[in-house]
Amino acid sequence: MTVAVASGKGGTGKTTVAVALVLSYDRNSVLLDCDVEEPNAGFFLRSKSIKKEEFSVPVPVIDAAKCNLCGRCADFCSFNALALAGSKILVFRDLCHSCGGCSLICPQNAVMEEKNIIGEIHSAESDKIFFVEGTLKIGKAMSPPLIREVKKYGKGENLTVIDCPPGNSCPMITAVRGADYVVLVTEPTPFGRHDLSLAAETVSEMKIPLGVILNRYGSGYKGVEEFCEKRGIEIILKIDEDIKIAQAQSEGKTILDVCPEMKDKMCGIVDKIQKGLTK
Amino acid sequence: MIVAVTCAGKSIDSPLDNRFGRAESFILFDLENGSFTFLDNEQNLNAAQGAGIQSAQKIAKSGATALITGHTGPKAFKVLSSAGISVYHSSAKTVKNAIEEFKAGKLEKAPNPDVESHWA
Repeated sequence: MTVAVASGKGGTGKTTVAVALVLSYDRNSVLLDCDVEEPNAGFFLRSKSIKKEEFSVPVPVIDAAKCNLCGRCADFCSFNALALAGSKILVFRDLCHSCGGCSLICPQNAVMEEKNIIGEIHSAESDKIFFVEGTLKIGKAMSPPLIREVKKYGKGENLTVIDCPPGNSCPMITAVRGADYVVLVTEPTPFGRHDLSLAAETVSEMKIPLGVILNRYGSGYKGVEEFCEKRGIEIILKIDEDIKIAQAQSEGKTILDVCPEMKDKMCGIVDKIQKGLTK
Repeated sequence: MIVAVTCAGKSIDSPLDNRFGRAESFILFDLENGSFTFLDNEQNLNAAQGAGIQSAQKIAKSGATALITGHTGPKAFKVLSSAGISVYHSSAKTVKNAIEEFKAGKLEKAPNPDVESHWA
């Protein structure tokens, strides 16, 4: 079973929840940190990275000796990564989506492929948790291929938890796609409510069941509960606002260290999802 | 010699469009006889990405050898200079004024792009 932990708004507690879920679970599990622009779940697992691999995507390179400047590759590219400019074809690697169309369409076989290294995959194994994170290289804009690569590690286990990137655009959708259930973490503020509504709409469109964890509960703002009530979305857990939790996290500890009762609650959530009781 | 000018409107008296990649249209002005034609740019105005690259290819195909616009970014500038098109940045109010500046030799050929990608 794969559970994706997402949110619209950043900083609501996705990593807090994702880490707590795998640490509470009694059997083997996989944690995939797909927030590749700033992965941080690894801080809380304290696992030493055992394996580092470079990750690259193929991008075109033009063989000038074969190219007759017909420009079909540039016309074909939907992403404008290729341009016919005077007596050569220019390649803008960072605009390329690696579809391979340019090399298929070239009548001269002048389009070769080379590697554009966009990030790294780190993996580490402890007693019960297999942890994988992707880290996108600074300055690279295209995170979905790296997110898809990280997700390849999450097959065939009892529980796979995906720590998703914030927002509701391609990176979040790539991370969430294929999950059996999505936990949306939010906070009791108008901002939290607003972004939750966008995330809930996105996940519903993808036809994946979802539930909400309301973190930092107790501000008195009721907008999130009203929204969930209106949309028939279940709030599967409320985590009280507590400075102890923030302090623990700043020291690299987890919510389980200061709120031991969370272990049962997290196990309960996994059980409940597994039994299909939440809709 | 044909000079391309970014145009925010449909006439030679229309404002000079400050943007290159997402300019509304281009006016191709023939300096020899003073005639001009329009080149629509709606497709690039709405492009998801790479509008500057596409517009630069369009200018290269049009036969123009010089471009007058408000600003150019790095990718567009790279395509334009590879295609041998001279770039002139102007703050003229209208297309007509920009062409007059150019004819009077008041514009300097830009050695580099003057804005970052996605500046506007």
